[in-house]
Amino acid sequence: MSKPAPKPTATDIAAQVRSGERTAVEVLEEHLAVVADRESEIHAFNVVIADEARERASAIDAQIASGEDPGPLAGVPVALKDNMCTTGIPTTCSSKILDGWKPPYNGTAVDKLYEAGAVVVGKTNLDEFAMGSSTENSAFGPTLNPLDTSCVPGGSSGGSAAAVAAGFAALSFGSDTGGSIRQPAALTGTVGLKPSYGTVSRYGLIAFASSLDQIGPFANTVADAAAGFEAVAGHDPRDSTSIPEQLRPVTPHLSDGVDGMRIGVITELMGDGELKGFEPEVIAQTRAAADALAAAGAKVSEVSVPSVVYGLTAYYLIAPSEASSNLARYDGVRYGNRVTGVNTAAMNTATRTAGFGAEVKRRIMLGTYALSAGYYDAFYGKAQRVRTLIIDDFARAYEDFDVLLSPTSPCVAFPFGAKSDPMTMYLNDTCTIPSNLSGQPAISVPFGTGDRGLPVGVQILAPMLGEVELFKVAAVLEGANQ
Amino acid sequence: MTNKSATKTESQELLPEGWEMVIGLEIHVELATATKLFSPAQNSFGSEPNQNVHPVCLGLPGTLPVVNEKAIEFAARIGLALNCTVQKCVFARKNYFYPDMPKDYQISQFDEPLNIDGWVDLPVAGTRIRVERAHVEEDTGKTTHVGDSGRIHDAGYSLVDYNRAGVPLVEIVTHPDIRGPEEAKEYVDEVRAMVVAVGASDGKMEEGSLRVDANVSVRPAGSDELRTRCEIKNVNSLRSIGRAITYEAKRHVNLYESGKEPIQETRHWDEEAGRTRDGRKKEDSDDYRYFADPDLVAIDPTPEWIAQIAASQPALPAQRREALVSAGADSEGAALVVQRDLDSLVLAVIEAGGEAKRVLNHATNNLAIEGAEALSPSNFADLVKMEADGALTSTQAKQVLAEMVSDGSTPADIAAKHGFEAMDTGELEATLDEIISSSPQEWERFVNEPEARGKLQGFFVGQVMKATRGQADGKLVNQLLAKKANS
Amino acid sequence: MVDDAAHELDRDEVAKVAGLAMLELTDEELDTFTPQLGAILAHAQDMENLDLADVAPTHHPYPLVNVMRPDVVAEDAGGPELRDAVLAAAPDVEDNRFKVPPALGGD
Repeated sequence: MSKPAPKPTATDIAAQVRSGERTAVEVLEEHLAVVADRESEIHAFNVVIADEARERASAIDAQIASGEDPGPLAGVPVALKDNMCTTGIPTTCSSKILDGWKPPYNGTAVDKLYEAGAVVVGKTNLDEFAMGSSTENSAFGPTLNPLDTSCVPGGSSGGSAAAVAAGFAALSFGSDTGGSIRQPAALTGTVGLKPSYGTVSRYGLIAFASSLDQIGPFANTVADAAAGFEAVAGHDPRDSTSIPEQLRPVTPHLSDGVDGMRIGVITELMGDGELKGFEPEVIAQTRAAADALAAAGAKVSEVSVPSVVYGLTAYYLIAPSEASSNLARYDGVRYGNRVTGVNTAAMNTATRTAGFGAEVKRRIMLGTYALSAGYYDAFYGKAQRVRTLIIDDFARAYEDFDVLLSPTSPCVAFPFGAKSDPMTMYLNDTCTIPSNLSGQPAISVPFGTGDRGLPVGVQILAPMLGEVELFKVAAVLEGANQ
Repeated sequence: MTNKSATKTESQELLPEGWEMVIGLEIHVELATATKLFSPAQNSFGSEPNQNVHPVCLGLPGTLPVVNEKAIEFAARIGLALNCTVQKCVFARKNYFYPDMPKDYQISQFDEPLNIDGWVDLPVAGTRIRVERAHVEEDTGKTTHVGDSGRIHDAGYSLVDYNRAGVPLVEIVTHPDIRGPEEAKEYVDEVRAMVVAVGASDGKMEEGSLRVDANVSVRPAGSDELRTRCEIKNVNSLRSIGRAITYEAKRHVNLYESGKEPIQETRHWDEEAGRTRDGRKKEDSDDYRYFADPDLVAIDPTPEWIAQIAASQPALPAQRREALVSAGADSEGAALVVQRDLDSLVLAVIEAGGEAKRVLNHATNNLAIEGAEALSPSNFADLVKMEADGALTSTQAKQVLAEMVSDGSTPADIAAKHGFEAMDTGELEATLDEIISSSPQEWERFVNEPEARGKLQGFFVGQVMKATRGQADGKLVNQLLAKKANS
Repeated sequence: MVDDAAHELDRDEVAKVAGLAMLELTDEELDTFTPQLGAILAHAQDMENLDLADVAPTHHPYPLVNVMRPDVVAEDAGGPELRDAVLAAAPDVEDNRFKVPPALGGD
C-alpha cells in the first residue's frame, strides 16, 4: 500500500479561493497534474473535461476579481459519477448502450454544484448502471483502488471514491442504492454519505432503483462531506419524492461532540449472528470505534434490529424489479446505440442484448421475473412488507438511541476477481442495504486498518433527516482516527 | 342522436333470432390541459413533429415525472359528472415495449384509480350504464408506418413523433351494460357532452381527443352469462362505433352457430372494408408487470377539495335537460336542444312568456345554431306569441325567425315589412268555398269516402296554400274542412 | 405460473423472462443464469419465516401525498432547438421523427 500525500481539503480550497489567496485555475492545474500522473493507472474517470474545467475555473477567478462570491465550493475540483446527467458532456452509466450519449440537460444536483462554484473535472467510472460492488462491471474496464492497485475500489461508485482517494478531485459525488457510496468509501479510506432519501433531488440521476437511489458526496474529511452534502441538498419541484421541509444545516454542528449521545451497536451486523463473512479486523475496528465514542462521552451499548437480516433478500427483489422497468427505455429508438433488426422488436432485442453487460441482464431478468404475473405477491409484494418491518425495527431502536453503529462493509478492499459469484458479491452490501430500504441516512467514516493494512470503514446510521447527528458522530470518529 | 330506443329489440333486430349483444366501452378522453400529465411540455394538437416535447416526456435517462394538478382536477370533474366516487389513487407502471412509448412503460392507474363506481343515464334509451372506473394515464406518441400501402403489415419502416406522448388521458370503463349499437352511440355522445360541459376536453373524435374501444360479445337473449369478448380498437367516429359493434356481434353469432367459438383478442376496425381484423399478435406481452410507480406519490383528494370541485361544476347535460323539462319541454326535444347548446336561450324565451312547445319546435327544427346566441329572448317570445295568436302562420313564423337572427329586428317589424298577416277565418272560409265549388268531384269523395279523406285533405290544403301564397294557417284549414264535411 | 416462491426456476422460464425483457440469451448464458437466478430467488424463501399478513407494504421511504405541479409550460420545453438536439442524439431519424424498423416484418 502506497501512502498517499496529504490532500488539500475542499473546505480549505474554497476558503482560499474566496479570499483570493489562491486562484481556482491554480487549484485546478494542481489536480489535473495528479490526474496526468496517475489516471492512466487508476482509471477513475470515463471522461476528463480539462478544457471545460479550465474555462470554468477562469470564470470563477473572474467572479472573485469583480468582487462576486462564486459560492461555498468556489474553485473546488469535483468529480461526478457518470450516471449524473451533464449538458453536452457524455453520460454513459459505464454501459455500451449509452456510450457517447450527451444529455441535453443538467441534473438538479449538477446545477446546484455549479451554483456553489464547483469546478467539474470529469465523469467517473461505475459498475454498469450502478449495479455492483467493485466497479468490475463497467463496460469500460475496472477502476483500481489507489491504496492498493491489485484491489477493487468497491462499487458501484468506485470511480468517484478513487478520484477523491487519489487526489484527482477534492470532492466527488456518487449514488447509493444499496451501499454504492458507503462501501467504496470504506474500501478507499474516504468519507461517504448516503443522505436521507428525498433530501438530494434525483432529477438527472439515471435511475437504477427509484425508491432506493440517493446522491451523496465522497470526501477526504468529514467537514468536506458536510459541505458537499449541503451544496446538493434541498427541495426540488422536479422530483416528486423530494422532501419539501427545510433541512437543518450540518456544518455548524461538526464540533458539537457526542457527550451524552446514545449510540447503539447493531448486534446483527457484528458478525456473530446469522449474517456471516465479517472479517475479524473489521469487527475489531468497529468495536474500537464504539469505544472511542464512549471515551468521548457517548453512552454506547448493543441493540438488536432483528429484521436487518432480511434486508439483502428484500433488496434483491425490490431493486431489480424497479430496475427492470427503469432500464426498459434503452431500446435503441431515441438515444444511445442501436443494433438493427428486421422489425422493431428484433431491433429492441438486438440492441439490449448487445448493449447490456451480464450483471445488468441478470438483474433485469430477476426483476422481470419477480414482477411477472403470479409472482408479484410472493416476491415484490412480500419484499415491500419486509421493508416495513425494517423501518419499524429501526423506529424501535431509535426510541432508545440517537444513532446506530455497524461496519460499513464486512471486508476491506478485495483483489480483482475475488468475488465472481453474484451471491458472494451481493453479501458485501449486507450492512448498507437496510438504510436504503428504510430511506434513512448513513455515513461511512474510515477507522483504522484491517487485513493487509487496508482501511476499515465504520458506518453510522441515523433516523430520517438525522444528518446533523450523523455528522457529529462522524467528526468525533475522524478525530479519534488520527 | 337518434330517436330509436328499445334496446332489446334493437339488438334482436340486428342479430339472428335468439341472440343479444353484450357491450362494454372504454373511452379515452384527452384532457384540455396546457401541459402534459407528467411533463411540462405543451399539450396541443397539430404541431410540427417532435415540437411539443421536453426531456421528461421523451423519457430521457434521469428525468422524473411530476403530476399536473390541472389534469387531476379535470379528471375529478369527469369522475363527478359520471357519478363516481373520487378517491385516493396511485399511479402504476404498465410495462411493455412499444416504440411510441418513450419509457417502454405507460404510467397509468391499476388497482387504485381516481374515480370508481359511477353511472350514466341515457336520456333517450332510458337505460343506466354503470361506470366501473375512470382512471388517469398518459397517452402514447404516434407511429406512422411508411411503406407501399401505409398499413402496419407491410410497412418498410416507421417514424415516431412524441408530441402526443404524455398527454393526459382519462379512461372511462363501463360494465358490460350496453345492449346495442344505438345505445353505445348514445352513451358515447352523452359522455362526450359531459366532458365538454365540465371543460375537461374538447371531445373532438376527429382529432383523437375522444377515442373508443369496444368490448363486444354475444349471448342467448335473456341469459346473464358473459361469453368470450373481443376488444375492437380504432373506432374513430360515432358511425364506426355502431358499424363495428354490429359487425363484430354478427361475427360472434356466426361462429357460435357454425359450432365454433370466438377467441379473446384485440381486433382492429377497418372502416373502408367495413369489418374487424385480428390485431398484431403480442405473445406474452399481456404480462404488464404493474407496480406502483416509485417516482410518484399517491394523490389523496381531500373531502374539502372534492366539495369545492363539485360546487364549481358547470351544469351537466342531464341537469340542463331536466331544467328544460321542468319548464315544459318534452324529453326528446330537451335532449336535442341541449345537444344543440340552445338550452339557455330556450329557457329565457319560455321565461319571457313563450309557449314551451312552440319554442322547442323552433329551437329544434327552425333555428340555426350559428347566430342564435344574438337573439333577444323577449323578441323570440313575442314571435311565439304572435304565432300562437294566429297573427303568423307557422311558415311565416319560421321565416321571421330566420330574419330576426340575421338583422336583429323585432318580429312585428319583420312581419309588417313582408305584409304577413294571418288571414281571418271569414276570408279563409270564402277562399275554401271557392275551391270546393271548383272541385266538386274531389269534395264529393272527401265527404263520402273516409278512406280517401286523408289524401284529399292534403289536396284541399295545398290548393288553399296555393291560393293564399302560403299565408293560410294549415291547422285552421283542416278545422274548416272537417266542419264543412260534417255539416 | 404458480404463486409460490418455493417454485424452482427452470431454463424455459428464464428464456421466457428474457423474452419479456427483450433480451436474447445464448445457450451458455441460459446455463449460467438459470442456477444464479435460482440461488438468488431461493433466498426469498427466508421471508416465509416472517408473519407479514398484517404488515403494509412500503412503496416510499418518506411518505408524501399530493405532490403536483402547476399546469404551466416550462421554459426548457419544446421548440426546434431541443428537438434538433434530441434528434441529433438518436440512432436514426427522418423528417424530424425517430426512424425505426417496421412493427412487423421478417417473421
